[in-house]
Amino acid sequence: MIKKIYLIGNPNVGKSVVFSRLTGVKVISSNYPGTTVGITKGYLSLGEEKIEVVDLPGTYSLEPTSKAEEVAVSLLNELPKQEIVIINIIDSTNLERNLFLTLQLIEEGYPVIACLNMCDDTAHRGIYINTEELEKILQVPVISTCAVTGAGIKFLIGRLKEAHIQERNKSSHEERWKEIGRIIEAAQKLTHKHHNLRELLEDASVRPLSGLLMSIIVVYASFKIVRFLGEFLITKICDPVFLNFYQPLLLRLNSALGEKSLLSHVLIGDLINGQIDFKQSFGVLTTAPYIEFAMVLPYIFSFYLVLSILEDIGYLPRLAMLLDNLLHKLGLHGFAIIPVLLGFGCNVPGILATRVLESRRERFITSTLISIGIPCVPLQAMIFGLLGAFGGFYVFGVYGVLFSLIIIIGVILNRTLKGYSPEFLLEIPPYRFPQPLILAQKLYYRIKGFIFEAVPIVLLGVLFINVLMYVKAFDFVTGIFAPVIQGLFGLPKEAVVALIIGFLRKDVAVGLLGPLDLTAKQLFIAATLLAVSFPCIATFIVLLQELGLKDLVKAALIMVAVTIAVGTILNFVIIH
Amino acid sequence: MKRLSLVKMKESGKGKVAEISGGSALANRMMSMGIYKGREITKLSHFALRGPVAIKVGRSTFALGHGVAAKILIDVDTE
Repeated sequence: MIKKIYLIGNPNVGKSVVFSRLTGVKVISSNYPGTTVGITKGYLSLGEEKIEVVDLPGTYSLEPTSKAEEVAVSLLNELPKQEIVIINIIDSTNLERNLFLTLQLIEEGYPVIACLNMCDDTAHRGIYINTEELEKILQVPVISTCAVTGAGIKFLIGRLKEAHIQERNKSSHEERWKEIGRIIEAAQKLTHKHHNLRELLEDASVRPLSGLLMSIIVVYASFKIVRFLGEFLITKICDPVFLNFYQPLLLRLNSALGEKSLLSHVLIGDLINGQIDFKQSFGVLTTAPYIEFAMVLPYIFSFYLVLSILEDIGYLPRLAMLLDNLLHKLGLHGFAIIPVLLGFGCNVPGILATRVLESRRERFITSTLISIGIPCVPLQAMIFGLLGAFGGFYVFGVYGVLFSLIIIIGVILNRTLKGYSPEFLLEIPPYRFPQPLILAQKLYYRIKGFIFEAVPIVLLGVLFINVLMYVKAFDFVTGIFAPVIQGLFGLPKEAVVALIIGFLRKDVAVGLLGPLDLTAKQLFIAATLLAVSFPCIATFIVLLQELGLKDLVKAALIMVAVTIAVGTILNFVIIH
Repeated sequence: MKRLSLVKMKESGKGKVAEISGGSALANRMMSMGIYKGREITKLSHFALRGPVAIKVGRSTFALGHGVAAKILIDVDTE
């Protein structure tokens, strides 16, 4: 009787794709080690029974080296070995290295079934695996699968019950590698293949000169595509829909509500020259949906499309290697670039992804740097939307300030925090062609996440702000902070509201700056401060969960200090 | 035969792992990734200014930080 099924395997062998195939639960998969940092659970129907399936973070061995791996290994011993089945996912294109974990699992007495994944990728690499021979040697069921297309998954399910506990002597690591050598000799044949274009590109991307050149092209092209696609969606689709279809409806609603009524104030907001201005009116039905659907959503779409393609191709670990040197100066190593890149979409998944980093110190530095220096897509989209009107110079200015802050704070943290920078040791995956279906699912999953999490908060937030403004509740708070805001930062005192709302959501906060008629310099300072000051509440909760209270307080103090310093310096250094 | 660290080895050179110094934790971690004494490796590249080193082991490519690379000694054939 099987009570639980665990999926375990080396990093980046496609565990999450197999998991999706078995359970129907959609999870994010990418082509780099460490996509899964948490535990995902789902159910597989096997006849009448429903069995829990657990997708574990990737690990090279049963001796954990990071927090994510520790979790994976400890979970395996929750239930007695007789009641579980372990599906060991193996990358067919790299059988030799993967067998180390397989043998370890068998020796430890787990009931194992081996799943040779990515079997479609072997033939053109000149790899031929004799699964029957392998099955005979290992004494466990061996099934070839290609999870991205679903091939072989049925056979895998059909043979689950054949998994059984074996009595095997435990061997030393050296002996195990010798045994693997013999197994490979017997069960795998390699034919020599000439280097193809893909392999040439794979190697070029990890060489200093060609790698740097490639990274500049990739990063520049990605930025351009995100910007172009985002703008295209806004001007060609979102704006026309809002202006031509939605606005007339709202105007009719407004006259029905009666101008100057509380309802009109809350739902529609202020009319600018007798017209609804979606960027300034600030009503629950006007600016709130406009911000989310016509300013932010197009960029969410274009950003995640480009990021997902880069992830699935397998480019990101190469970028990590190129940036290793720079990141060492900040007390991190190359791999920290992956949480940082995810943080550009939304800080929450970025901070969660820091779990793949080995030490607590690295996780603290990375999380703090993400919270301060990495603006999420909603914030960036709003900065493009509002500050972009004054010229690209200011927009680049914000990025310039943020980038300098990351370097400065990183170097200071690295010098002052106890501990050392850990070593960089990362597997560079082969390039893979992104599977359109997997890509579309991932994009859908991420956009859905945005809509369901962000939109309700934005609508409620705007409602809340409008009611408070109507009863003039903010006057008290603006009065208290006026000296700092006006005296140090050179902003009108109403900007306090925006900075406070920034704690709720950054896009709404920038939206609040719209109606204030700020000068370019003021908007530049306010936008930069929104980026560096406290992250939004969702990020705060994850920070608390990942860092603990003590480190969160430490990070928060750094944020307050940085906010005050940056605001003051920018105000007094920029004259115009 | 010459023994030198992965850092000193020349690019696109081949050799066999002779020793991994720097504690058993590192050696074990490398071991589980398939980098162990006697294993043949190819050095792909090396980044300047104490940058990372890329190596090929079997069918895997690994990026190793400068610190790790310095701890791996390789036996290289001298012609």
